[in-house]
Amino acid sequence: MLSVSLSSYLTLAAILFAISIAGIFLNRKNVIVLLMCVELMLLAANINFIAFSHYLNDSAGQVFVFFILTVAAAEAAIGLAILVVLFRNRRSINVDQLNEMKG
Amino acid sequence: MESLYLAIPLASLMGAIIAGFFGGYIGRKGAHTATILGVGTSFVLALLALNHHVFNGAEAYNATVYTWMISEGMRFEVGFLIDNLTVMMMAVVTGVSLAVHVYTIGYMADDEHNWPNDSLAGTNSYQRFFSYISLFTFSMLMLVMSNNFLQLFFGWEAVGLVSYLLIGFWSVRPTAVYANMKAFLVNRVGDFGFILGIAAIVMYTGSLDYYEVFGKAGGLSSQTMSIFSGVEWNVISVICILLFIGAMGKSAQVPLHVWLPDSMEGPTPISALIHAATMVTAGIFMVSRMSPMFEYSDAALSFVMVTGAITAFTMGLIGVVQNDIKRVVAYSTLSQLGYMTVALGASAYSVAIFHLMTHAFFKALLFLAAGSVIIAMHHEQDMRKMGGLKKYLPITYWTSLVGSLALIGFPGTSGFFSKDSIIEVVHHSSLYGHELAYYAVLGGVFITAFYSFRMFFMVFHGQERMDQHTKEHLHETPWVVTGPLIALAIPSVIIGAMTVKTMVFGSYFGNSIFISESHNALAEFSHGFHGVWGFVEHGFKGPALYLAALGVISAWWMYIKQPGSADFFAKKFSWLHKLLENKYYIDDFNAWAFGGGSRGLGDRLWKVGDIAVIDGFFVNGSARVVGWFAGVARKVQTGLLYHYAFAMIIGVLALLTMFVIL
Amino acid sequence: MTLEALNYLTAWPEIFLLTMACIVLVVDVFISDDKRDFSYYLSQLALLGTFAMVMMVQVDGREVAFNNMFVQDALSVVLKSFILALSFAAFVYSRDYLKDRNIFKGEYYVLGLFAVLGMMLMVSANNLLMIYLGLELLSLCLYAMVAFNRDNGNASEAAMKYFVLGAIASGMLLYGMSILYGLSGSLFLSDITVAISQADDSRIGMVFALVFILVALAFKLGAVPFHMWVPDVYQGSPTAVTVFIGTAPKLAGFAMIMRLLVEAMGDLQADWQQMLIILSVLSMATGNIIAIAQTNIKRMLAYSTISHVGFILLGILAGSNEAYAAAMFYTISYAVMSLGAFGIIMLLARKGFEAEEIDDFKGLNQRSPWFAFLMLVLMLSMAGVPPTVGFWAKLAVLKMVVQMDMVWLALVAVFFSIIGVFYYLRIIKVMYFDEIADNQPLSCGRDMQITLSSNALLVLALGLYPAGLMSLCLSVFA
Repeated sequence: MLSVSLSSYLTLAAILFAISIAGIFLNRKNVIVLLMCVELMLLAANINFIAFSHYLNDSAGQVFVFFILTVAAAEAAIGLAILVVLFRNRRSINVDQLNEMKG
Repeated sequence: MESLYLAIPLASLMGAIIAGFFGGYIGRKGAHTATILGVGTSFVLALLALNHHVFNGAEAYNATVYTWMISEGMRFEVGFLIDNLTVMMMAVVTGVSLAVHVYTIGYMADDEHNWPNDSLAGTNSYQRFFSYISLFTFSMLMLVMSNNFLQLFFGWEAVGLVSYLLIGFWSVRPTAVYANMKAFLVNRVGDFGFILGIAAIVMYTGSLDYYEVFGKAGGLSSQTMSIFSGVEWNVISVICILLFIGAMGKSAQVPLHVWLPDSMEGPTPISALIHAATMVTAGIFMVSRMSPMFEYSDAALSFVMVTGAITAFTMGLIGVVQNDIKRVVAYSTLSQLGYMTVALGASAYSVAIFHLMTHAFFKALLFLAAGSVIIAMHHEQDMRKMGGLKKYLPITYWTSLVGSLALIGFPGTSGFFSKDSIIEVVHHSSLYGHELAYYAVLGGVFITAFYSFRMFFMVFHGQERMDQHTKEHLHETPWVVTGPLIALAIPSVIIGAMTVKTMVFGSYFGNSIFISESHNALAEFSHGFHGVWGFVEHGFKGPALYLAALGVISAWWMYIKQPGSADFFAKKFSWLHKLLENKYYIDDFNAWAFGGGSRGLGDRLWKVGDIAVIDGFFVNGSARVVGWFAGVARKVQTGLLYHYAFAMIIGVLALLTMFVIL
Repeated sequence: MTLEALNYLTAWPEIFLLTMACIVLVVDVFISDDKRDFSYYLSQLALLGTFAMVMMVQVDGREVAFNNMFVQDALSVVLKSFILALSFAAFVYSRDYLKDRNIFKGEYYVLGLFAVLGMMLMVSANNLLMIYLGLELLSLCLYAMVAFNRDNGNASEAAMKYFVLGAIASGMLLYGMSILYGLSGSLFLSDITVAISQADDSRIGMVFALVFILVALAFKLGAVPFHMWVPDVYQGSPTAVTVFIGTAPKLAGFAMIMRLLVEAMGDLQADWQQMLIILSVLSMATGNIIAIAQTNIKRMLAYSTISHVGFILLGILAGSNEAYAAAMFYTISYAVMSLGAFGIIMLLARKGFEAEEIDDFKGLNQRSPWFAFLMLVLMLSMAGVPPTVGFWAKLAVLKMVVQMDMVWLALVAVFFSIIGVFYYLRIIKVMYFDEIADNQPLSCGRDMQITLSSNALLVLALGLYPAGLMSLCLSVFA
């Protein structure tokens, strides 16, 4: 049976984290993509927690993940709600046009 | 008793706050009712305290009321030291203040005429005035009741501030504004010395508490300090002289006296309250309170005595040539302050305080009488336009006569006891400069009598020189004015005889005044004291009484018998007349040397230092640079989300690089 | 396991607040718009009740509850009472503002109460999970509150920015926490402390986790370069929300730093001290300089916040108990000042007019000398001029910095605060010396007048007598 080492999980998580960060500042168009990137970032942390939890034989990490998932759902709800409000006011969800306030 | 003591200043403060902040709501009546109630409460409580200490013989009370902060072992506190000296001052301050409050109702009744129409400063000026005088009472009480140098300084500056506000009360008159500025600046010179003195005390004793400092005073007398290299100064002398410089400012001693005559620009009640009876005595009080320190320094005492002697003699002389009724009284005050200072220098603190008390009554009386004349004359102050007022103002006339007699030392009046004591004490003194002081105070007696009765005759006797319109409206002033006059006239006569035995020769001051063994002028003088009648009898043997009589007669001869002779003498001794009229050119010298010098220096510094270097380079230059930089820097905040995120990520990477990888 | 074992009575104030928040939520649904005041009073009652309960908590040292997840100690009691008091005042100030804009809705209060609950949980957290949940409860409520005025484009833009950046920050926090968990094997702060003190070879990993956690903390407080959200959110939110965001959460952020950096990662002090020096200098510089170029007063106050955060960090990085007390003193006094300043802005605002520009303060002295004076006191305090509390706060922090032989840092701080004085004085100049631009009379309820006046006078009173608050702060860290 193929055994996956802890470091592989950590590397995967780091890569996911890096992708999400890159996504946030490379994306100049759609706000929804930003929300997806944020979700990805949380997932990276989740993978870390689960991997450590398994490795340490301690269930606390997995409990933490449940909470993160719940919070992430709430966060997504609020994020999308804000998105709707934003679209109603500005008729656009283009990140480039989101600079009324600056300086 | 603590709450009672605390209530004394706070009652006045409450009155001031109510009249000051809510004057618009409560109106004139509310304002004077509130302040008079406040000061009246203070007065009654002060009398209770007086009774407690003087008649029931309570121990001196010394305690901290509130600790503001403690820094490096130094305690900054509000506290009271109440003993016989303090209670007497409290009673005098609140008593005179109460009389002045009542009097002010009449004096300021038509204050709106003193302001231009719809001037903002003129609205509610009546209430503001009451607030100020109550605030003054509070400040003065804080000053006299203090048990530490910090609070003393607070009271010192607070009375200075209120006096500034009141001299310039009629802020639409340029002369008033000039006068209050002058008072402020001159007092600053004195206060500079004063605060240096306090600083020296803190430096050498590490404490602000009176008793602690007094306890260490003996030790300080053997220490020396070196301000300029090579010259050693005795620490206690330096401290005392510095403190006395402060007293010179407040108590208007030469050469820091120049503000007092000008302060007569303020409303008359103020002249009576502040510039005659109470504030100017702060310096006298302070030196008496500090007697445990001054006693260790013969140099400081000599300095005090000589300064006082010069003031007493020269300022009286100026009074002789003044024509403004209030100025005559003002110069007379200066001269009397000189007398008190001389007594301080002779280590006869009790005599100085005694004269302070008697003087407070008769000088307040004279000021209020002058004010009464001014009201009757429709705010005319020039004596050359008065004369023959006796029949129009009978009450004012008789009370003025009483005041003048007390001032010149007519046997039996209060002034007689205090002034004769001073002359005798100086006679017995052995300090350096006592001969000068003795002849100065003796000469002063003649001058005092002369100018007092010159004023008296010019105002109340002789030809009626006022214009027809004024004459038709002449009548006695209302009871709120004459009431205080009568109330003050009584003590002016009797208080001296009543208290001379206990205050000067008895043990009234007990431990609150300390006199060293070597300064025994007062003790020697006391040996010759055999009761009040003996004192009066003794007065007939000395030269002072005859000098005073000579002064009155000369005044009568020059202004009633031979009215032209005054001008004759003025012409004959024109150089002296001119010198006196120009007040020894001290004002001109100040204006030229200090005013001109500092203006020139300031002008140069302003043009070169300020405009070119500071404004041009540092202020505007750096402001421009910062402003430009801010304009550039804000561009970083682009408003774009991905730039914001980018900044965060750069931050993370930078931190990671610095702390994890490297 | 029995209920008693949970020791849940320790968390009584939080339980009460949660219940009340739910009650307000339900009650609000059933009342009509003209009776909306009821929700307001109920919310204020909830805050007052919670405050009273916090006051009644007797803490001797430390008390834990819920299996060590929750801790009640001197730090939490003091911070909670200030959080509740600040929120109470913010609610008072907001009422008329919300009514004038037709957004006087129960949601504001429900969200506000939950945010307060989140802050209280953060303050009392003893476990990474608790910190995270408290932080998210607070943040989610704040995101919604920023977008609360649904018809305002700037508000929704600000909410979007706050949300995305906040989510990134909490992502980083989680990432850091996950690594910390992996290296120490526990989520409890006390276990982490032990693990760090024993870590030798994994120390570098700990520092790695520290960086990510520190970023989230810096974001929450608004330290440069994680401050970008602050100006936009302060400006875009309705002022009623800005006043809320700008005050109590700072105390929660301070508590989070205390729990995470000082309690859990105290052994890494050498590392986080260096990081905080960088953040602090950058914050003071950026905040003070960019504030000068602002014309919008809310934005200016946002930059001023950033600079004040720099000062708070100075106190924390000085790293002694006395220094933490100084930082806490600074945080509390800053929150009080900023509460008052935003209160004045709301006082000037009225129906259809926001009073957000500095020019709107022109000639305020002629319109209302009293409120101009209060603003004067607040601005002087922010600038750090005696005899206001701002002066003592700065002095206390600087003293700590000098004591640890970092005179250069103190000089830098003084230099930037001198630059900062400029823009505070500009407000004063505009109020007292400029010609009046807006003649509308000021009007506000008696409750607001009293609260606002006592708020500003408190700044003065604390300045005249700082020893009380100072000794309270010192006792927390004794």
